[in-house]
Amino acid sequence: MGIDTVLWSKLVTGMTLGFHAIFATIGVGIPLMIAIAEFIGIRKQDSHYALMAKRWARGFVISVAVGVVTGTAISLQLALVWPNFMKLAGNVIALPLFMEVFAFFFEAIFLGIYLYTWDRFKNPYIHWLLTIPIVAGAGMSAVFITTVNGFMNQPGGFTMQGGQFTAVNPVQAMLNTATFSKVFHVLSSAYLTGAALLAGIAAFTMLRKGVTGYHKKALKLMMAVVMLFGLLNTVAGDVSAKFLAEHQPEKLAAAEWHFETESGADLILLGWLNAEHQIIGALHLPKILSFLAFGNFNAKVTGLNEFPSDEQPPLLVHYFFDLMAGIGFALLGISVLYFLFALWKKRNEHNKWLLRIIALGAPLAFLGVELGWFYAELGRQPWILRGYMRVEEAATTSPSVRILFFLFLLLYIVLGMVSVLVLRRLFNNNPAETEMEKRAQHAGDKRTGKGAHA
Amino acid sequence: MSYHLIGISVLWLFLYGYLIIASIDFGAGFFAFYARLTKQDPLINRLISRYLSPVWEITNVFFVFFYIGMIGFFPDTAYYYGSALLVPGSVAIVLLAIRGSFYAFENYGSKNNIVYLFLYGASGLLIPASLSVTLALSEGGFILKQDQTVSLDYWALFTNPLSWSIVGLAIVSVLFISACFLAFYATRAEDHAALKLMRTYALFWSTPTIIIALTAFIYLGQHNERHYQNMMDLWWLLALSIAFFMIAMWLLYRGRRYGLAFVCIMLQFFCAFFAYGIGQYPYILDPYITIQSSVTSSSMGFALVVVFIGGMCLLIPSLILVFKLFLFDADYVKGKK
Ligand code: HDD
Ligand code: HEM
Ligand code: HEM
Repeated sequence: MGIDTVLWSKLVTGMTLGFHAIFATIGVGIPLMIAIAEFIGIRKQDSHYALMAKRWARGFVISVAVGVVTGTAISLQLALVWPNFMKLAGNVIALPLFMEVFAFFFEAIFLGIYLYTWDRFKNPYIHWLLTIPIVAGAGMSAVFITTVNGFMNQPGGFTMQGGQFTAVNPVQAMLNTATFSKVFHVLSSAYLTGAALLAGIAAFTMLRKGVTGYHKKALKLMMAVVMLFGLLNTVAGDVSAKFLAEHQPEKLAAAEWHFETESGADLILLGWLNAEHQIIGALHLPKILSFLAFGNFNAKVTGLNEFPSDEQPPLLVHYFFDLMAGIGFALLGISVLYFLFALWKKRNEHNKWLLRIIALGAPLAFLGVELGWFYAELGRQPWILRGYMRVEEAATTSPSVRILFFLFLLLYIVLGMVSVLVLRRLFNNNPAETEMEKRAQHAGDKRTGKGAHA
Repeated sequence: MSYHLIGISVLWLFLYGYLIIASIDFGAGFFAFYARLTKQDPLINRLISRYLSPVWEITNVFFVFFYIGMIGFFPDTAYYYGSALLVPGSVAIVLLAIRGSFYAFENYGSKNNIVYLFLYGASGLLIPASLSVTLALSEGGFILKQDQTVSLDYWALFTNPLSWSIVGLAIVSVLFISACFLAFYATRAEDHAALKLMRTYALFWSTPTIIIALTAFIYLGQHNERHYQNMMDLWWLLALSIAFFMIAMWLLYRGRRYGLAFVCIMLQFFCAFFAYGIGQYPYILDPYITIQSSVTSSSMGFALVVVFIGGMCLLIPSLILVFKLFLFDADYVKGKK
């Protein structure tokens, strides 16, 4: 029953989820971008956009494979590493997990069809229609898994009797109080991250190889999407914070280093703590925390000292929260800057510095997703099921988890490296311009009757 | 019908589905590697990537479906098997990971990389071997519960002839099923050279399949008398299974109607698999878990069944679409699209 086993179990789970989150976010975000690009391409009869959809889809497949692989790992690990958790909660969360499998199924089938049928339909809209089940399937799988995570934060839909959950109402468990804000925020951040990634890649390529028509169009399209979802994501983050203030105040208080319950609470940015838990070197924004939490500058915000010390989350999450929110505003700012430059005729929106900042936005967005999850998960500590089961009660007792940590670490290093290598080979050896020319030639061949059977 | 019966029937059906389509996939991996070693790879590798690349993800979902459904309908299984299988389960995850990534990377070079091809081929045999161990575990005597801890008795497992014969059976069945399917697919593609090769493989692997199946059955009788007797009472299912096997062999031997031959093999495994499953009733893990004792609450059972029916209404038409586009579209199969 050593505490060590619990720590290693946490590390295995945190590592797997942290790695999966990268690919899961791509998996949710990119299909929407592919769908948008293909649609605009058909609309405008502009083959640049069609090529975008094609190239993005090709890269996407690689990421999906790693997402599927790591996702399968997580779902097995839930039972292998947290058998007691599954024993207690399994009969409540089984429904969303089951639904999630159907969502994958649906997505997998249509992705298979989509990838292998680029030129098989006469009407291009039919091929485009295939993106709808892909976007919906990916989005729904995020929704379902997020309801599970919501349940772990706000358990509901059952009664506890003799150490077991009885009178289970699985639908009510899915629609717990955390579900709405979480789903909204997870989806908006995934779309934001997908767009920031593709915009970053376009900017990066232009920095290295010069400005081209293809990349200009890709950048403009994706910056518009970043702006839209940057805005929505900020709203979603605000909704999440208001949710926490009402239902899970210890998580918000830990993130804000808000120790004493008070009205008109200050918002504290960055800084550090001394041995006596005094805040040093931080920026204080008077009454802003009350406003953020309840929309009222004088509202009362619950402080961390209201909770027993063995139920307080780690204070480290303060930095996670601040950085995540900072990244959110930064991404929004980048897109606003881009459009200001684009609209203001004397300025060149493709100048080196702006492109560099946009390229930096891609890793920042992923950092934001990771920080957000680590905040949400560490902020739930010490609970695995808030109020019902503590993490150390849930873990496996097998000491082998330590070895497994290293086994999986190795696996993720290899998978990560191979996917980067493959992606580089895929795109570096085949730049968009060359491919564009090849396609034009191919189309020409067809017209003169060389590509007979098609 | 009560939820535990509905649940176990649906899950067993899905496991059967996984058995067939995953066997095709796993065996193909081995053949691809073997063909490369014997310099016959140009013959069959194109065939393999034509069929398998579009569907591997679907195969994987079958597995996740079975596993999540099991936890959903019978939550206790997560606790017992989860506690006991931490290490072997993790090894299986790593193998699945290696294999899954092969498909993503194959179009971009790994197909020609002999190391990757070896891993692909080896994982094709090791995954069914490691997954089939759970069937041996369910017979009882390997998973032990003392006080509050559940553990796996590795020594008993590795020294028991039943577990080895089940593993052996899994491996040869994979090769047999896969060879038959690929032979059928080669006829559709009108690829005569590949057909000849795959027919040889199919005929070759048929004998070990039937011998090891009988061996495993005998060892089962020694290990779990109750299960063995129950299966004996279902003798007609076993007899049907053997009859389908005979028909398939005859068709393969005569070299005609490969589609029908493959259907017979599917039926052969269907009969044997269900005889095995029904014989194990009511246990999921002898003697700790029965389907009655571990079934989830009725509200959850109801919700799962509703979702299942809804999901099927969505999936079956989509699966038909996939089959139409990739399996029954003659032009696609022949590589013209
Ligand atoms: C690109 C990623 C990203 C960005 C820029 C932001 N977030 Fe976020 N945040 C997430 C990605 C994320 C996430 C990964 O989606 C999380 C983790 C768990 C969850 O539900 O969403 C999350 C969680 C999360 C939570 C905890 C919710 C809970 O545990 O129930 C709060 C309060 C916020 N966020 C608030 C914000 C605010 C005020 C932002 C300012 C703009 C912000 N987030 C930007
Ligand atoms: C995908 C992004 C996610 C990341 C990066 C993430 C990160 C983490 C981290 C760092 C831990 C360890 C916490 C600790 O130190 O105690 C953890 C624990 C855990 N998370 Fe998450 N998480 C994610 C999403 C989810 C989701 C969606 C679920 C719900 C199904 C979930 C379920 C768990 C479980 C069961 C644990 C172990 C118990 C615990 O330590 O609280 N996670 N996760
Ligand atoms: C932030 C949270 C998560 C998101 C957004 C997410 C989303 C995704 C996506 C998009 C995929 C790729 C599926 C595909 O493209 O076919 C995937 C794979 C998978 N994820 Fe996650 N996931 C998350 C966390 C989890 C957790 C906590 C679990 C475990 C319960 C999980 C289980 C799986 C499984 C089993 C797969 C593989 C599915 C297959 O075999 O096709 N995911 N996930």
